[in-house]
Amino acid sequence: MIEIKDIYKTFGDNDVLKGISATFQTGKNNLIIGGSGSGKTTLLKCIVGLHEPTKGDVFFEEENFTDMDFTGRVPIRTQIGMLFQNSALFDSMSVEENIMFPLNLFTKQTLAEKRDRANFCLERVNLEDKNKLYPAELSGGMKKRVGIARAIAMQPKYLFVDEPNSGLDPKTSIVIDDLINDLTTEYNMTTIIVTHDMNSVMGIGEHIIFLHEGQKWWEGSNKEIAHTDNKELNDFVFASKFMQAAKGKL
Amino acid sequence: MFNSLGKYILLLRLSFKRPEKFSVYWAEVMREMVSTGIGSLGIISIISVFIGAATTIQVAFQLSSPLVPLSTAGKIARDSTILEFSPTISALVLAGRVGSSIASQIGTMRVTEQIDALEIMGVNAPGYLIAPKIIAGITMVPLLVIVSIALGMTGGWIACLFGGEVTPADYVVGLRDGFDPLTMQVALVKATAFGFIIASICAYQGFYTSGGALEVGQSATRGVVYSCVMILFADLVITRLML
Repeated sequence: MIEIKDIYKTFGDNDVLKGISATFQTGKNNLIIGGSGSGKTTLLKCIVGLHEPTKGDVFFEEENFTDMDFTGRVPIRTQIGMLFQNSALFDSMSVEENIMFPLNLFTKQTLAEKRDRANFCLERVNLEDKNKLYPAELSGGMKKRVGIARAIAMQPKYLFVDEPNSGLDPKTSIVIDDLINDLTTEYNMTTIIVTHDMNSVMGIGEHIIFLHEGQKWWEGSNKEIAHTDNKELNDFVFASKFMQAAKGKL
Repeated sequence: MFNSLGKYILLLRLSFKRPEKFSVYWAEVMREMVSTGIGSLGIISIISVFIGAATTIQVAFQLSSPLVPLSTAGKIARDSTILEFSPTISALVLAGRVGSSIASQIGTMRVTEQIDALEIMGVNAPGYLIAPKIIAGITMVPLLVIVSIALGMTGGWIACLFGGEVTPADYVVGLRDGFDPLTMQVALVKATAFGFIIASICAYQGFYTSGGALEVGQSATRGVVYSCVMILFADLVITRLML
């Protein structure tokens, strides 16, 4: 479980996050949604420690992550997997080396054991036999899947995903969403996904936080999201013609 | 300026924190040494031969008096090559070749979130990315300078062979006349300092890149320019202190 309490983040004069508190449950897909510039990615980066909150605390299983220094955070960070918006695979390494990288640094496994784990992770994301390819040789969807394979290599307790469907076609997006959903259940992870893709919201949004102008505007699930009288949320959810047409059926 | 200096010093401190796993860092150091050393050997060889040849011809031209022995040209060319041309010009060329590569590589990793990925995993990103480059810089630049000195003198000998102002025999006599080992010490101290300057300044510029492709290019340019200025400044300081 991850708990955030009263998170503020300011860049210069710009207040990006204004006192956000929430609890993200284990074994669930927790979605942070909102329009562009609403503070979704900044909140995610504050949670994982890539940004230091101006004020507020982040707790991983009741351990105050915000108070820890870099060294103190390492044990928690080795339990974190993250999929970045552009996958952030290491260009100079092959697919297999990317997945084995955290294993090389933080485990005492033999080369054979690490290879086995990398193969297992690649099979899990349906990318068998792609071990020797380099990121430049992969499609966008394949990069995302390698990113997921690298994120789960250390069998993390926490999975963070930033815009998993950006730049992907709708079919591949569903594959990625299903994969994240299955892995969350399989590893009983606390998964936090930042997205503005309504297909993801309706498909895997077990717990959703809607951000608007840096504040938590609404909280609920995908079953409740279409039946709220929150104006800003409705503007966001039913922005597309497709969602407007489907409004009565949700 | 003081803010940047403070950030630079803090980054260097972080770079030399205890590594998570020595073997992984060692492999990275080896990779950087090959990239910096072997990768730069071609360009350093070419410029050294030409500079050595040109220096010898110019010195011979200026010493046209019958009162000065012809071997003096070899002596002056040797000392100029060892003290100034090989360390400084090699370092300026390496700032362009190695420094821009360091800044753009780290800068690209920054803007494509690869550095964030390292930090999320619990890896000390400055230590993993910057320390191996600095170690490669301070070990390989002196080696390259030694090669450059040897090839510079060879270039001078070739110029004598085909030029005719000084005979190769006189040139060799000049090379061997009154050699002071201190000049080699100065050259190696300079080379070590220049290696550190190139790697650390360019890594700093790359590490604090923000934005996109345009900013990566700007970081690489800044890295090379600042490195060149600092190389020339360090050249002056070391020369003043050691000679």
